[in-house]
Amino acid sequence: MDFIAIFSIFILACFVGYFVVWSVTPALHTPLMSVTNAISSVIIVGALIASAAAGSASSKWLGLAAVVMASINIFGGFAVTARMLAMYKKKER
Amino acid sequence: MAFQSILSAAAGGHGLAANSWAAVAYLVAGVFFILALRGLSSPASSQRGNRFGIAGMTIAVVTTLLTHLPGKTESFGPDSYAWHFDSAAFIEILVAIGIGAVIGIVMARRIAMTAMPQLVAAFHSLVGLAAVAVAAAAYLNPGAFGIADAAGQIFTVSRVEMGLGIAIGAITFSGSVIAFLKLNGNMSGAPIMLPLRHVINLGTLAAIIGLVAYFTVDQSPWVFWTVTGLSFVIGFLLIIPIGGADMPVVVSMLNSYSGWAAAAMGFTLHNTAMIITGALVGSSGAILSYIMCRAMNRSFISVIAGGFGADAAASGGGSKEQRPWKPGSADDAAFLMSQAENVIIVPGYGMAVAQAQHALREMADVLKKEGVNVKYAIHPVAGRMPGHMNVLLAEANVPYDEVFELEDINGEFAQADVAFVIGANDVTNPAAKTDKTSPIYGMPVLDVEKAKTVLFVKRSMGGVGYAGVDNDVFYMDQTMMLLGDAKKMADDIVKALNGGGH
Repeated sequence: MDFIAIFSIFILACFVGYFVVWSVTPALHTPLMSVTNAISSVIIVGALIASAAAGSASSKWLGLAAVVMASINIFGGFAVTARMLAMYKKKER
Repeated sequence: MAFQSILSAAAGGHGLAANSWAAVAYLVAGVFFILALRGLSSPASSQRGNRFGIAGMTIAVVTTLLTHLPGKTESFGPDSYAWHFDSAAFIEILVAIGIGAVIGIVMARRIAMTAMPQLVAAFHSLVGLAAVAVAAAAYLNPGAFGIADAAGQIFTVSRVEMGLGIAIGAITFSGSVIAFLKLNGNMSGAPIMLPLRHVINLGTLAAIIGLVAYFTVDQSPWVFWTVTGLSFVIGFLLIIPIGGADMPVVVSMLNSYSGWAAAAMGFTLHNTAMIITGALVGSSGAILSYIMCRAMNRSFISVIAGGFGADAAASGGGSKEQRPWKPGSADDAAFLMSQAENVIIVPGYGMAVAQAQHALREMADVLKKEGVNVKYAIHPVAGRMPGHMNVLLAEANVPYDEVFELEDINGEFAQADVAFVIGANDVTNPAAKTDKTSPIYGMPVLDVEKAKTVLFVKRSMGGVGYAGVDNDVFYMDQTMMLLGDAKKMADDIVKALNGGGH
């Protein structure tokens, strides 16, 4: 993909983000932060590529360290979000 | 057979976009992340949203693992080669994921809900550091990421993307570490003001931008590592002058940065999942920062410039005239509320510090049984991060449809018989509406003074809120001050409600 193609995706995703985030109810802003935290760890993709690549030992170990850090975020972020969301209950009628 | 040939072609080829099915998988992951945020539009759909997020992440990780299996290509001639799977390296990767999973899940299970802002700050710092590590790995082994030509020269566009990625990642890391230390109480919440800090900060920022530009013509290690080092320093310098009261904005801002860091790395790797996610998270953090700034009536620039807590402490120390106020007891409060038709509870962070949310909910339950209509009013900065108070109330089993945001409930105070303020102060101060000289003038506040009776739970008459200003509500005729610990007061009111009248 050339730069313009991915830049277009980026700009359109910013607009999607803008509208989707304004539609999030303020009561769920804390889970919003923890879930965005988890998904921003999609950076693990780069870390996995670095850890699997041959050619540079330092690059590989940096990659593995990044895999650990991103995994903490992914598992921790989704788990704490799930824990919070499970607390939100409607009135018993 | 076909699957195997795709795998080996993928493992042999460079760059992510080489496989169209992998590109589609990353796009699907990106769409799932959009659906994850979309689910948060209501508590009813939120858990499904979180599962979309987990599914998207699984797709992204599995796709990467399959298209980038570790292995070695052995060459027997110009057209003849064999590829060997390196199982030891693959196990190392799985172990790394496993270690992260255990740490992450243990942290998520153990964390107290009051400590949520610290946890989020700690997670942000990890995203930042992971971005730095990935950018450094890509710099050291550009061939593996498909961003270098045959001679090992990194493409010019990739150099800019990589430079931005490492700068934003490093700022996110060091900034989040400071935010964590301030929120966790390891470091004073008071702003630390260095002399000439604006000059130092602007100079460092200019140096980073200049070096990233220079990196496009010279890919020497010193340029790369200087950018990294300076970015760590600027992240630290940017956050230390910001006071504890502004931390909700800082945490939101760092949330945004962690997104932009992921997006910059997505550009480097030509990965749609990372770019979409980065844009989503970046916008999300930016919008939350805006909402927090608006709720505190602070401009984003003045938060970044820092020093808010220091000014307030100075002005709060002045002598004040003594005005008469009316004290009340738990029994008085219980009587007033049991006779009321509509009660609005205004909780603030002081309530959470005293761990009074369960006692408060019990109080509300007893009142509801007696036929009183109870609602909760939440100011956007009632907690220590956006939406924090809602989580704390949800934890205490307060149904979310009894909890209302400022703009939705402010009109109802005029019809309320009792406004029960517990652990909040500045967010109820009418001076924000009338007194142009007040430091909080212009801040949106809850109109508690319009209620027939105001019950104000407060530790003592001496203390003032974060902004260090006196509150006229304390001295109104219809206000009764309930002095004491928030939890003990709520417990005593429950006892009085249960004991009396029957």
